[in-house]
Amino acid sequence: MSSDPHSPVFSVLGGEIMEHTEVKVSHCYQCGKCSAGCPLSTEMDYPPSVIMRMLQRGSPEFEEKVLRSLSIWVCLTCEMCFARCPMSIDIPKMMDFLRAKALKEKKASPKAKEIVAFHKSFLDSIRYTGRLYEIGLFADYKARTLKILDDMALAPKMMKRGKLNIIPELIKDRSGVASIFKKTIKKNNN
Amino acid sequence: MTLGFYPGCSLKGSSREYAESVLTVAKAFDIELEEISDWNCCGATAAHNLNLELSLALPARILSLAEKQGLKEIVVPCAACYSRLTVTKHQLSGNPDLKNEVSEATGLDYEGSVDVLNIIQMLDKYITPNLEGRIVNPFDHKVACYYGCLLVRPHEILKFDREEDPRSMDDLMLKAGATPIDWAFKTECCGAGLSVSRTSSVGRLSGKIIGDARDRGAEAVIVACPMCHSNLDMRRDAINTFLGEKVDIPVLYVTQALGLAAGLDRKALGLHRHFVNVSV
Repeated sequence: MSSDPHSPVFSVLGGEIMEHTEVKVSHCYQCGKCSAGCPLSTEMDYPPSVIMRMLQRGSPEFEEKVLRSLSIWVCLTCEMCFARCPMSIDIPKMMDFLRAKALKEKKASPKAKEIVAFHKSFLDSIRYTGRLYEIGLFADYKARTLKILDDMALAPKMMKRGKLNIIPELIKDRSGVASIFKKTIKKNNN
Repeated sequence: MTLGFYPGCSLKGSSREYAESVLTVAKAFDIELEEISDWNCCGATAAHNLNLELSLALPARILSLAEKQGLKEIVVPCAACYSRLTVTKHQLSGNPDLKNEVSEATGLDYEGSVDVLNIIQMLDKYITPNLEGRIVNPFDHKVACYYGCLLVRPHEILKFDREEDPRSMDDLMLKAGATPIDWAFKTECCGAGLSVSRTSSVGRLSGKIIGDARDRGAEAVIVACPMCHSNLDMRRDAINTFLGEKVDIPVLYVTQALGLAAGLDRKALGLHRHFVNVSV
């Protein structure tokens, strides 16, 4: 037993979270303020306080449910839970870690397919041009999700108002940005 | 005087009127904004959702370039970019190992010497002290100042304004001649990055924001973030569907409202680019 009475000795994933993010899931005493304040909790399969409880239990079954949950993907990182947590638990930071881990272990919820696709399309756009190319992002996202017709009405309206660039903004040092992707993403295998 | 400027991707595309209004207001008050040369995207939500190192290295490259250019202070009008740059600076300070790792990834030296200002901080520091006699056309409307999430949270890192009842934008609008209203959705999330991948969520979240502004008699919503603006303005159809009626309260960037109050040209402030007609 560790000398820290809050040390999550029973939880494998909880321990991993603490190691990488310094977030101690054992500090949560289930007041529920995070779930009450979370703007997305009604769309989650498990609201944030339940995620915390599942991690505290530390059983492989619960940990698997957390990694495969939709909750971690609909979390918008709006930081309201962290602002209201009486124990100052940085839940958004923990969510970032859980998302990266779920992706790495290919456990991302199928219900989050569009959300993950959007993030990947976004990053692919900047990987090659250095800046976000909105038309490219839309095209790539549609190719990934086959949501061809969504938002089709939006593009001409944006165009009319000068809000869409036809030609991407290319930065000069694109190889520098590509190298950042190579060095950081490769390491994490995602 | 000259300040560094990081526009970010939105301000070059879907939110170009934000850039136009920032530059127009700055120029009117004799501030030159010097763009960071060859800047890249900060990685926004996508990077920190998928990969921690990437989410630090992309903003670090921007900060390193600003240092190389000799900039001491940079203005970052997008709240999301402001958040990413400030969080990165915070994470790298006092963690030499991480700093070296990130420098290795960017191939650039990083000192951490550049101060990052959000738009309210820039206006408060360099423009509001010189407002006397400049408000020629007071913005005489009831306004709902909407801060969103990333401008004020997490307070531990940003140390800017109060997390749930911020005042800075209200004070600024008061100086521009407006009447800021008391309302409940100042810092509730608009749906941010789910705009494309989960539009119905955005309709609900942004719908509640516009609905409360309407219920409390706001004539305009004032924002300081391109994502908030996109969701409240461009996603108005989804919002109206959620509310079950057509609400036409316009959404203005804080720099547009201030610019109007200072008598600057509507077109130069980019007001014609909005989806919801700016009638105020």
